[in-house]
Amino acid sequence: MSGGVSSYGTRHLQALFGALGRLVRAPLATLLTLMVIGVALALPAGLALLVDNLRNATGDLSSAVDFTVHFKVGTPIERVEQIAKGARDHAGVESITVTNATQALEEFKQASGFGDALSALEDNPLPHHLVVRPEKKASGPTEVEILRRYFAAFPEVDIVQLDLDWVRRLHSLLDVLKRVLWLVIGVLGLGVLAVIGNTIRLEIQQRRPEIEVTKLVGGSNAFVRRPFLYTGLFYGLGGALLAALIVTGGLIYLDQAVGELSAQYGSRFYLAGLGLRGLGILAGIGAGLGWLGALISTGRHLRAIEPRA
Amino acid sequence: MITFENVAKRYPNGREALAGVTFTIEPGEFVFLTGRSGAGKSSVLKLIALLERPSRGTVTVSGQNTGKLKAGRIPAFRRAIGVVFQDHKLLVDRPIYDNVALPLVVAGTPLKEVDRRVRAALDQVGLLGRERSSPLELSVGEQQRVGIARAVVSKPQLLIADEPTGNLDPTLAVEVMRVFKRFQEVGVTVVIASHDPHLVEQFGQREIVLDSGRIVSDTVRAGHAARMTAQAPQLSDLPDIHT
Repeated sequence: MSGGVSSYGTRHLQALFGALGRLVRAPLATLLTLMVIGVALALPAGLALLVDNLRNATGDLSSAVDFTVHFKVGTPIERVEQIAKGARDHAGVESITVTNATQALEEFKQASGFGDALSALEDNPLPHHLVVRPEKKASGPTEVEILRRYFAAFPEVDIVQLDLDWVRRLHSLLDVLKRVLWLVIGVLGLGVLAVIGNTIRLEIQQRRPEIEVTKLVGGSNAFVRRPFLYTGLFYGLGGALLAALIVTGGLIYLDQAVGELSAQYGSRFYLAGLGLRGLGILAGIGAGLGWLGALISTGRHLRAIEPRA
Repeated sequence: MITFENVAKRYPNGREALAGVTFTIEPGEFVFLTGRSGAGKSSVLKLIALLERPSRGTVTVSGQNTGKLKAGRIPAFRRAIGVVFQDHKLLVDRPIYDNVALPLVVAGTPLKEVDRRVRAALDQVGLLGRERSSPLELSVGEQQRVGIARAVVSKPQLLIADEPTGNLDPTLAVEVMRVFKRFQEVGVTVVIASHDPHLVEQFGQREIVLDSGRIVSDTVRAGHAARMTAQAPQLSDLPDIHT
C-alpha cells in the first residue's frame, strides 16, 4: 500500500478532527462527561495544592529539624571550629553555625532579659555550641539520628540537643498527608479511567455498524481505534482544563478569608495558585488518563466486532 | 485467482455449510454461484473474502492461503478484494461520497487521489453528482450501485457479490449485472452468488451450481444477454484497472 509520512499524518489528522467534530456535535453529552472528569480531577489537584500551600505556610521545614551540639565547658574554640569544619563535608549536612561562649552569653542576655543578673557572674557558664542544619533530603528521623550519633561520638561534646519526637511527628504528619494525596489520586484516577472507558464503550456500541463496515473494507484495528483514542485524549484534556477552572475558582473564593486569617496571626500569607507548571502537569495527567482509558476500552470492545456478511 | 481444494465449512452450531468443494477460478473470469438458499453460496463468498476460515481443505486467493493468513494481514487482504452485499451495508448517516471513499481512506490514499477515484467510481455506476446525498434518499437500485462503487473504488482485481440483485426488479437487476460485466471486461475477476436462474441464464457465463454444500454442476453457457454488453456505455471512462 502507498504509505509515507504524509499520508500517515493525514490519517492522524483525519482521526483527530473526526473525533473533535463528533464531540462538538453532541455538546450536552460531551459537557456532562467533561464535568464528571473535571470534578474527579479537581479533587486531587485541589488537595495537592493544599499540601503545597501548607508547606509554604509552615515555612522551610528543614529549619524544624535544626539541632544544637553543646561542647564541654573548657573545650578550646579552635577544636570546636575544627570539628565544625570536618562536619561540613559530612553527608546530609546543609550548614553549621559556630557560636562561641561569649556570643552565646550575649544572645542569652538579650533574649532572656536577665542581662544585669548575668553580668554579675564572674565566669561565663555557657559552653561553645554548633547549630547543625541537616539537608532537606536528609531531614528524616533516621538520617538525623545518624548525624546526632556522629556529633555525640566526639569526646569534647557534652550533649546534642535534638527533639527527635517533633521530627518524627512532623514527618508522620507529612507522610499521612502524602499518602492521602496518593490515595485520592489513585482512587479518582481510576474513576476517570472508568468514566472515559465507559463513555468510549457506549460510543463503540453506537458506532458498531460503522466499525463493522470499516473492517469489512480492510480497515486495520489501528485505524478503527485511532478516533476513539483521540476522543479519550480530548475528554481527559478537557476535563483537566475544567478541573483547573474549578480549582482556581475555589482559590479565588478562599483567598480573602485566608488573607484575613493570616493577618490576625501577623503573617502575610497568600494562597499559591496552580501556576503554569501545575496546569501542565494536570493537563498531562488528564490527557494520559483519557488516552489510557480509551486504549483499555477499545482493546476490550473493538476486537469483539468482526464483520459478518 | 481462486482455488478451493476439498473445502468444508462447519459452523459452531453444527450446521455443515460446505462438504468438500473443489474448483478453480482463473483471473478475469466471470462466474455465477447458484443454488437454493442454504446451498452454500454465501459460505463460498465468505471464505473468499476471509470473513470465515475453512474448517477443512484449503482456500487460496491471489496466491494466499486464507487459512494460514495471520490476523494482522487480514486488513490488507480485504483491501485487495471488492465485496458487494445484498443488504449493501452502507452507512446511512454518511453521505454517498464518504461511503464510497471509505476503502481509500482506510488505505491511507492521499486526499486528492481519493476525490478523483470516488468521482470515477460513481461515474461508472451512473451516480456522479449524487455525492452529497444520503443513502436513504436513493432508491434500492441506486443504493446497490453505491455499494458497487465502494467495492470497485480501490480498483481490486477481484470483485465478489452476494445476491447483488436480490432486492431489485428484473430491469434494474439486468442493469446492475451489466455494471459487473463491464468490470470483468477490463480484467477484473468477478464472482456473483445469485439464486435468480433467469438472470444467470440471460448472461450465460460460467455457472457453479451448489446443493447442500456440494458442487452439482460447473458449466459455461452462452446466454443472449452477454451480447448486450456490446452496447454498454463507453469503457474508455473506466479507470486503469492495473495498479
